[in-house]
Amino acid sequence: MEYFLTEEQKTVRDLARKIAEERILPLRAELDEREEFPWDIIRQLASSDLFRIFIPEEYEGLGGGCLELCLAVEELSRACSGVAITYAASALGALSILEYGTEEQKRRRLPDIASGKSLAAFALTEATAGSDAGAIKTTATEKEGGYVLNGTKQFITNGGEAEIYTVIALTDKERGARGASAFLVEKDTPGFSFGEKEKKMGIRASSTRELIFRNCFILKENLLGKEGMGFIIALRVLDRSRPGVAAQAVGIAQGALEAATDYARQRIQFEHPIISIQAVQHMLADMAIEVEAARALVYSVARTIDSGAKSITEEAAMAKVFASDVAMRVTTNAVQVFGGAGYIRDYPIEKMMRDAKITQIYEGTNQVLRNVIASELRKRRSRQE
Amino acid sequence: MNIVVCLKQVPGTTEVKIDPQTNTLIREGILNILNPFDAYALEEGVRLKERCGGRVTAISMGPPQAEEMLREAISLGADEAVLLSDKAFAGADTLATSYTLARAIEKLGQTDLIICGRQTFDGDTGQVGPELAEMLGLPFVAYVSKIEDINKGMHLQRMVEEGHEIIELPLPAVITVVKEINVPRLPSLRGLAKAKSAPIPVWTAEELAIDMDKVGLKGSATRVVKVFSPQRVNRGEILQGEPEEQVKNLISKLGDAGIV
Ligand SMILES: Cc1cc2nc3c(=O)[nH]c(=O)nc-3n(C[C@H](O)[C@H](O)[C@H](O)COP(=O)(O)OP(=O)(O)OC[C@H]3O[C@@H](n4cnc5c(N)ncnc54)[C@H](O)[C@@H]3O)c2cc1C
Repeated sequence: MEYFLTEEQKTVRDLARKIAEERILPLRAELDEREEFPWDIIRQLASSDLFRIFIPEEYEGLGGGCLELCLAVEELSRACSGVAITYAASALGALSILEYGTEEQKRRRLPDIASGKSLAAFALTEATAGSDAGAIKTTATEKEGGYVLNGTKQFITNGGEAEIYTVIALTDKERGARGASAFLVEKDTPGFSFGEKEKKMGIRASSTRELIFRNCFILKENLLGKEGMGFIIALRVLDRSRPGVAAQAVGIAQGALEAATDYARQRIQFEHPIISIQAVQHMLADMAIEVEAARALVYSVARTIDSGAKSITEEAAMAKVFASDVAMRVTTNAVQVFGGAGYIRDYPIEKMMRDAKITQIYEGTNQVLRNVIASELRKRRSRQE
Repeated sequence: MNIVVCLKQVPGTTEVKIDPQTNTLIREGILNILNPFDAYALEEGVRLKERCGGRVTAISMGPPQAEEMLREAISLGADEAVLLSDKAFAGADTLATSYTLARAIEKLGQTDLIICGRQTFDGDTGQVGPELAEMLGLPFVAYVSKIEDINKGMHLQRMVEEGHEIIELPLPAVITVVKEINVPRLPSLRGLAKAKSAPIPVWTAEELAIDMDKVGLKGSATRVVKVFSPQRVNRGEILQGEPEEQVKNLISKLGDAGIV
């Protein structure tokens, strides 16, 4: 398919693919098995400037946008989405600064994120607040020139590894979601610690931890945007980062489609490669159709965002829901094409199925995002009346 | 620190075919690549520059298409590149190549360190590094596996069969490196952008003010009389078992063959 990428975008895609094939593929099984954080690969992504593509040139980035990020995430995910999400989560953390940071906040943090010296993370979820993000309990109490944070964030990607965290906390408990604010918290701040690394089904190269705040004092200058804007910031930032999760899903699905096709060509049963069996052919054909459709939707939404469109909640949700459902179906069917071998960990395919599952869950479950899309639909129709 | 890295473009396969008529390599359909051993030399040069400052200049003697490889070197961190290319350089052996490279390095001006790969993928001689040092009158260490310390001179580790030696080397100098020295990086986006537009000067024999008797085929001490693929011979038989048994077996086989 011709997606009319610019020369620069093709360069990003090709370089991400080269890194994925030469540096990630040989290690992915081991990283998955040992649940090891991929620091060497992250350093390679950094030295190849891939962390610069979502940061403007003023802050030592290369000034790309959502599409560039999606291209890189897709290629990395094609090899290992545990690595890809580590990379994408840093972009998510950076987005909140990019969109809502003051000039001073941007100058101070973005260059290190662009160079890959610092990873970033984004922390909204808590034990009592997942889909119901408005139910967060972490508080930020104002105190002499700053705030004191108390509470625990749960399931935070890059937790413990990132240097810079965007944390949503309540500055006004009475007002619920409207009383939430966003803060930048640095890793070594006293009173800020981490829980044990979660043991996960998939994306096991990535790190997921609790962030624990016990009387953690941060300076006033670490407030992002204004008090009370925390929830809006979280929603807007997630809108912009959802195409990244969608691209992750497309990459996983593409990897699974390729593996399944190769396997079907070489696996002989009844004296012929199984790819000559129509039932297998149709499974592969459906996989190919769905992957391409998902990619087309993701790139279109990314371009819509890059064009400066303001309200993209619905489109971003569509891309995430569609691509992640495709990734789940495609990887499940890829395991089917592999038969028993697909269930064995010596082959890469069961990992892809485990990795695909999370894309239907994080950054808004697909159920919650369908609610969002339906409510936008309803609003739009009622406006047209 | 001014570092020069010498690179060669080679066919990207070890299974080259030879044209039986002309006895030359069949290059059609074979992708040319940066000599894999030279990638370690380039990476080490770039790392040294990152450590101590300075510039890395990549040079190569070769046909015009070697420019592509020099652009790759820039994408991998070289600051600039020079191609030495002239019809008169064709057919050079290691002696003529080293001579040409030496003249180019002199023309580049003050150089602190020259790094080469341990050998090429196609020629496999490993001679250009030491010959270059000889022609430039510089000290030389081969098979460097680690650069430990750099002050006025360098502390190096050299791979030897039983382990490694620690060597102190005054600068300027020439070294060749082994693959154990580093893991070469992949290109960067900024490097790729720079590589696309970087000017790559081509120096000819005239620009190097060179002795024409010492370059190319004319300047080569080696004469290639014939290049051929060795005949495939059937593998010998390896006798198994205890020595005594093997001897018995051997004698009976020689007897069967009517030799003893
Ligand atoms: C590996 C991993 C990494 C993560 N990384 C981050 C991170 O970096 N930062 C961060 O802030 N969070 C992160 N999360 C949290 C993630 O975003 C949440 O897990 C997700 O939003 C779902 O919340 P929950 O787990 O509490 O599920 P719940 O909200 O308890 O949902 C349980 C089920 O109920 C359904 N459900 C709930 N409410 C509704 C509704 N209104 N309508 C329909 N269905 C509903 C859900 O769809 C789901 O099926 C991560 C989670 C994981 C597992």
